[in-house]
Amino acid sequence: MTMHQVPAEDTKPAYNYAYLDEQTKRMIRRALLKAVAVPGYQVPFGSREMPLARGWGTGGIQVTAAIIGPSDALKVIDQGADDTTNAVSIRKFFERTADARTTEATEEATIIQTRHRIPEAPLKSGQVIVYQVPMPEPLRKLEPREAETRKMHAWAEYGLMQVKLYENIARFGEVTTTYDYPVLVNGRYVTAPSPIPKFDNPKMHMSPALQLFGAGREKRIYAIPPHTSVKSLDFEDHPFRIQSWTEPCGLCGAGDSYLDEVVIDDRGARMFVCSDSHYCETRRAEGHRGAMLGDAALTGLVEETKP
Amino acid sequence: MSAQNMIAPGFSDPVFQSQAAFRALLDALSEPGTLRRVDGDITPPEGMEAATAIALLALADYETPVWLPQALRDGPAGQWLRFHCGVTLVAEPGQATFAVIDGTAAEPTLAAFNPGNDQFPDRSATVLVQGAALEGGAGVTLSGPGIPGTRDIAPNGLRAGIWAELEENAALYPLGVDLVLCHGDGMLGLPRSTRIEEAR
Amino acid sequence: MYVAVKGGEAAILATHDLVAEARRGDPTVPEITVAQIREQQALACARVMNEGSLYDMDLAALALKQSQGDVIEGAFLMRAYRTTLPRFGSSEPVDTAAMAIRRRISATYKDLPGGQVLGPTYDYTHRLFDFALMDGESEATPRTAPAPLDAAMPRVPDILGAEGLMEPEVPPEGDPAPFDLTRGSITFPAGRDVRLQSMARGDEGFLLGLGYSVQRGYGHSHPFVGEVRVGEVCVEFVPEELGFAVDLGDVTLTECQMVNQFQGSKDVAPQFTRGYGLVFGHAERKAMSMSLVDRSLKCREFGEAAVYPAQQDEFVLYHADNVEAAGFVEHLKLPHYVDFQGELELIRRIHKEREERLARQNEDLPEAAE
Ligand SMILES: [Zn+2]
Repeated sequence: MTMHQVPAEDTKPAYNYAYLDEQTKRMIRRALLKAVAVPGYQVPFGSREMPLARGWGTGGIQVTAAIIGPSDALKVIDQGADDTTNAVSIRKFFERTADARTTEATEEATIIQTRHRIPEAPLKSGQVIVYQVPMPEPLRKLEPREAETRKMHAWAEYGLMQVKLYENIARFGEVTTTYDYPVLVNGRYVTAPSPIPKFDNPKMHMSPALQLFGAGREKRIYAIPPHTSVKSLDFEDHPFRIQSWTEPCGLCGAGDSYLDEVVIDDRGARMFVCSDSHYCETRRAEGHRGAMLGDAALTGLVEETKP
Repeated sequence: MSAQNMIAPGFSDPVFQSQAAFRALLDALSEPGTLRRVDGDITPPEGMEAATAIALLALADYETPVWLPQALRDGPAGQWLRFHCGVTLVAEPGQATFAVIDGTAAEPTLAAFNPGNDQFPDRSATVLVQGAALEGGAGVTLSGPGIPGTRDIAPNGLRAGIWAELEENAALYPLGVDLVLCHGDGMLGLPRSTRIEEAR
Repeated sequence: MYVAVKGGEAAILATHDLVAEARRGDPTVPEITVAQIREQQALACARVMNEGSLYDMDLAALALKQSQGDVIEGAFLMRAYRTTLPRFGSSEPVDTAAMAIRRRISATYKDLPGGQVLGPTYDYTHRLFDFALMDGESEATPRTAPAPLDAAMPRVPDILGAEGLMEPEVPPEGDPAPFDLTRGSITFPAGRDVRLQSMARGDEGFLLGLGYSVQRGYGHSHPFVGEVRVGEVCVEFVPEELGFAVDLGDVTLTECQMVNQFQGSKDVAPQFTRGYGLVFGHAERKAMSMSLVDRSLKCREFGEAAVYPAQQDEFVLYHADNVEAAGFVEHLKLPHYVDFQGELELIRRIHKEREERLARQNEDLPEAAE
């Protein structure tokens, strides 16, 4: 007897392919087409109530549900990893509602739904990356009223944003925004890249992949077409710079990836590992070994497989 | 009943054919000037290119007023669209969410369609332009989002002034209409973000 | 080769089993039935129906059972189901003047046609435990009124309206179909249809707090309960092909109309203004809170300054939805270690640079003293 039964086959026809009804998909698809025509502009859409909680990726899920088809291969990551609980849950959702073919391999995926990261392996033409966005409005921290921020975008009035960033520099000597670092898209709209670390911002610029953004609770969709200028806001005397680490990944030795910190004992010892789990695994399969691979096996982070 | 029997069928598998058509449109508008093919396996109504018919089946419904040239509106195409999509056909170009225009006709110009407004530029029309061919005409050079460097296209059978109209449209950015050129099963996107230069 | 240890999926499935176990509780205690919840927890069901935007007592009871009595989780279940339901059309407006009254009270008149009908209310219960309920010895004695209720129960604001003293409710020009915020994206300023829909499905606690803030001076409201009425109204639908109304059945509704301070100008004689609340089931507190906030959100129409939260449509509408609010507050449980690592890297670097700067200053000091 299995404890984990999916609903019987005969309950399935109650839901449409990819959960959303066709009218809803058309509405989202129309919003997406306007979004790619005006890169970085937030298109309001009739975000549906989803069977997953608001703030847990309902925007990304609706975008993916509106674009996915039988020939797609879907990768879902959270914090860069395929195995994070919410990524597992969303992947299951699409396996169940859309019979989706899923993959963990970045290069095999045609759609990558992500929360908080862009994979380390460069994305390719023909791939679509769907970002889950909690707060689509980059100006919201400066101005809580939607009626006002909409006017600021309409008139490209972004002085307030520059002032805020500069106040940061005056106080700390640098811009202290480390994630969801605002970008200027196609020279026109200041846009929230979603809470990816600013480490990932440069990957958005002139990417050959199509980038789609869904904010379910805030009911906004926006897009960055391939080969589009995406500039992180900065100042001539304080150019944009990304995070760096003093040590490489403890598992695969990569020195060019974004690292997560793992506390490995109660005396504060820690190791740094790639946040992109597939990237790290691929490197280890290629024979790269980090200095702490043995320790990681001891703490149960990785296990050795017999060849 | 008899009227319905005369109306040509739409998609045989609406879920997956709509999805495939939408992905072609998404590619066409996110990589302007690239030729995309739709495989809808449908017989379009008289006066409509297959690509036009498929795009409308995939995108239009009771929420999207459609403008058609008079001959199409009063003919089988109008009936077909109302039947399959439940759309309202409007007489005023400015009221349309989607419009189909004949590439050779002088009217209506692109300026007749809704370009959106500064707070909601997404409320603009999408214009499906039916031309004689997507290749073999006088070349123009495109640049902008979706285009690495520049991209040359040479659609055929469009009215002489269309490129000047498109330049005017691009000058409205971020307002403006978005175009999809349709011929046979081919489509080619020209969103408002695309800058166009005519060969001199 | 070393591969990452993956347990996410198994762990998630295990949580489902644990929820089922926790929901059932002690298996020696009989399992509660949906019918018991529907019949004996009707006020909780009403709240789930309101915040779930779906009138279905059985589903509301099921939602409460499935969610272990968590009302917001129950509302979430209702909404996730509701969003998949096909829409056949819109009913005709319900006529609350024709309501089969169970309870009807007015604070503005001592007596009025139809009289004051107290009905089932906790208002005059002393909040003393009835320990007999602990042992399941509740006994409800059906009471028969000495005389039947009056057939006519005019709504109090209508009485005032007939006198020309009440702000009339007139549909906007052309009487357009009301906006549906579950299908479209709202823009601001929001129309009254959007505001009322948002509040009807909004969180009772949030609206209660906002309504209370209006009373305490955060907004300029001096309301009287013109009337609260609870009872059944019939819902009618006109199918396109028939062309006449068909009775779909009865729903229980609670309606509250607040009579507020009057407005007027040189040209318009002063009139009382209205705050309106209409909700599913017996849910007086919700209907009253809604009507307080409805009036305060009318400030723009009456040329009053919108300075307090309960007067600002954006503030109220964006924050009243408890399913959205709960989702976003609770999403903080999700992993954020990528972003947190960015913050750690920054704060450590600022610390290091500061220490280096201080060290340099200390080295420089002896020279400066020379
Ligand atoms: Zn690594």
